[in-house]
Amino acid sequence: MEKIINITLKIWRQKGPKAKGNFETFKLDGISGDTSFLEMLDILNEKLVNEGKEPVAFDNDCREGICGMCSLYINGHPHGPDNLITTCQLHMRHFNDGDTVTVEPWRSAAFPVIRDLMVDRYAFDKIIQAGGYVSVNTGGVPDANAIPISKKIADEAMDAASCIGCGACVAACKNGSAMLFVSAKVSQLALLPQGKIEAKERAEAMVAKMDELGFGNCTNTRACEQECPKGVSISNIARLNREFLKAKLAN
Amino acid sequence: MDTKLDAKIPAGALAEKWTNYKDRQKLVNPANKRRLDIIVIGTGLAGASAAASLGELGFNVLNFCIQDSPRRAHSIAAQGGINAAKNYQNDGDSVYRLFYDTIKGGDYRAREANVYRLAEVSVNIIDQCVAQGVPFAREYGGLLDNRSFGGAQVSRTFYAKGQTGQQLLLGAYSALSRQISKGTVKMYNRHEMLDIVLIKDENGTPRARGIIARNLVTGEIERFAAHAVVIATGGYGNAYFLSTNAMNSNGSAAVQIYKKGALFANPAYAQIHPTCIPVHGEFQSKLTLMSESLRNDGRIWVPKKKEDAEAIRAGKLTPAGIKEENRDYYLERRYPAFGNLVPRDVASRAAKERCDAGFGVSPSGLAVYLDFSEAINRLGEKTVEARYGNLFQMYEKITDQNPYKTPMMIYPAIHYTMGGIWVDYELMTTIPGCFAIGEANFSDHGANRLGASALMQGLADGYFVLPYTIQNYLSDQIRVPRFSTDLPEFAETEKAIKEKINELMNVKGKRSVDSIHKELGHIMWEYVGMGRTKQSLETALEKLKAIKKEFWSNVFIPGEAAALNIELEKALRVADFIEIGRLMALDGLNRNESCGGHFREEYQTPEGEALRDDDNYSYASCWEYKGEDADPELVREDLTYEFTHRAQRNYKS
Repeated sequence: MEKIINITLKIWRQKGPKAKGNFETFKLDGISGDTSFLEMLDILNEKLVNEGKEPVAFDNDCREGICGMCSLYINGHPHGPDNLITTCQLHMRHFNDGDTVTVEPWRSAAFPVIRDLMVDRYAFDKIIQAGGYVSVNTGGVPDANAIPISKKIADEAMDAASCIGCGACVAACKNGSAMLFVSAKVSQLALLPQGKIEAKERAEAMVAKMDELGFGNCTNTRACEQECPKGVSISNIARLNREFLKAKLAN
Repeated sequence: MDTKLDAKIPAGALAEKWTNYKDRQKLVNPANKRRLDIIVIGTGLAGASAAASLGELGFNVLNFCIQDSPRRAHSIAAQGGINAAKNYQNDGDSVYRLFYDTIKGGDYRAREANVYRLAEVSVNIIDQCVAQGVPFAREYGGLLDNRSFGGAQVSRTFYAKGQTGQQLLLGAYSALSRQISKGTVKMYNRHEMLDIVLIKDENGTPRARGIIARNLVTGEIERFAAHAVVIATGGYGNAYFLSTNAMNSNGSAAVQIYKKGALFANPAYAQIHPTCIPVHGEFQSKLTLMSESLRNDGRIWVPKKKEDAEAIRAGKLTPAGIKEENRDYYLERRYPAFGNLVPRDVASRAAKERCDAGFGVSPSGLAVYLDFSEAINRLGEKTVEARYGNLFQMYEKITDQNPYKTPMMIYPAIHYTMGGIWVDYELMTTIPGCFAIGEANFSDHGANRLGASALMQGLADGYFVLPYTIQNYLSDQIRVPRFSTDLPEFAETEKAIKEKINELMNVKGKRSVDSIHKELGHIMWEYVGMGRTKQSLETALEKLKAIKKEFWSNVFIPGEAAALNIELEKALRVADFIEIGRLMALDGLNRNESCGGHFREEYQTPEGEALRDDDNYSYASCWEYKGEDADPELVREDLTYEFTHRAQRNYKS
């Protein structure tokens, strides 16, 4: 039967990037287990607005786990306690009556807080701009079936391409490394013949940009893989390292 | 009054029109391209592909999105696939057949020339995406795989698992990122357009010359000038509050240009998608779509006997407890030729009909089954998982039920809007220099869009149509110097925006924006929803008048305007959704016929199918703004069918 719970929320509030933040505590009663986590925050915000207060700011958009806009560090886990989902797909049935739920923004030097639970992930765009593409213009390309690609390779590329750019990997990493994000894009394109041509330069440029933007190093703790809502594998990081090494050797 | 609308359709046979156009259009030479600025609003499939392609050509592009990154645009959520007339399956597909299916699927309410061009360039889109590294699904031999979608008898849909929209958008986003790094595109994340700026030329014609935007992080109001403005902001389905659209999807840019002279065409044509996860409660914030591709293998049914349906609703019976002979596979029964793959409007109405008749299967009675047991028996669980695994997982996460073991429950929900800003063949609105592309325009889907055709249209417009047609306009503008944002036209537009924001902030009423938006949604679903009548639409107009008053006298927005303020963002959008709701109701009331996504209950065949009235309504109804308190004026674009024979849509045989 439908589960109804009462919870206590400890939510990070911070007015702006430079402001000092603190936790604020709220009580919410009568939450249905079928409510999504973000709908629970909607209920809280509706309550705050009705009391004349400013709502908690958090990023969200598609609410079906694909746009990558939602974030939230819930009880010490990016995207909360359930596996292979984003915060917007997390449902309150995963919590129990009387629970205290702690909600924080992504914490990383490269993702400054904008307000409350919202962070600035522009650094990810910059990494893609550094080389996360195949250099083709619109038009004048060969027929789509001109280059056969084995199903195995296509599927592997698709798995790497599943990354939604949410930043959970960075938030989960004790070093604040973006290696899973970078390696997913590098792998997708390095696996496919279309992207292979620029593979070395791409790996080099994206890694250099990542370092420049203040992301940390990878020390193989695998927390990123654990917390990735799309199950992107750290075998991609091994592939990135190979591409990177090849580039360095070629130089 | 009809003379106002010239669609500028090129002469010649259908298959030659686009070639003729390209051969004769004016171009802009490379040195001049650098001197011309183009604003593109939106970074979905249409916006991102247009911004990237225009940047590649050498134009100076300013691209805006409301999200924190251009990669978040809602095109990303499209699941099932993208159509293209490649005929890789050797199953009889052709450009003409894709054109014909789209015209027929649109219930003969789309413009032939545009649809043919769409079908023609569809093949280039797949080539382009593959070249960018989009990992489409492949066969073991290494060639591209296809599947079927509604309203077609061929397999022409290309897909990347259940994440086709994501992969296509990331392809466009990568092309866009490349141009950003080259400096041809300047990207403005977290910026929302609040109005368009028009400046009169030497002949007194107002032209689109810039926008006023709000920086969503700082709350600052900013000015941007350009030689042309492209609107690629998607549809207005969130007027219903609950829809499959993203939370921030909105119709505000469309309303802004409508109020400045662009025509809003066919607002009543809203697509209701048959396979969404049903509503669970009052605090539901959005509806999740289950891809149409599921209808390739899933079978839709309700119990044959009313007492079985009642027992299921009461929790006394499970679907497994109903024997095969007591199940009503109503789509297969009613439409033997297309079965579960009838177009969306037909499938949605059929579900509503069964539920209204008392055969619904969820506690609320508003759900039907989508059953995979037959497919799992035939193909094995592994194959079904490979095809639909991520969708099944998504369903289970939301509903806590395992679709491998028990049928999914689904119900129709608002998904897409075929109506939108009127554009001519060149995708230009009635404001010179203002273009509309993708879902934001009205041009290609008539009264109903076929599955996997939204992605096709977005990318067709952005990669292969607009980059040509916009040059025909800009070729006249090469001597026009860059505009200063200090011009009085910018100051006046900005002043009006600031006054509007002040007015909203100072209402200081008692109701949250969301509570009013939800009420608006109820009105829209109840009276302008799947089945409309003259009476329901008149009721809607009354209620919309009341809700507009309520909004402007009782909304409460906390915080400040000159800072990040999500409630203010939502309020500005809801104000426009109320306007759109009114346009939808007015348009629905004017159109005394049923066609595609517009179903007037008074106009149906004895079998309950949509009954068109081609003698009186074979036109696009375009609405011209006449002031805040006046009714808009109807302007017609007559639709002529030179190359297809109009008939009642038949998916039975």
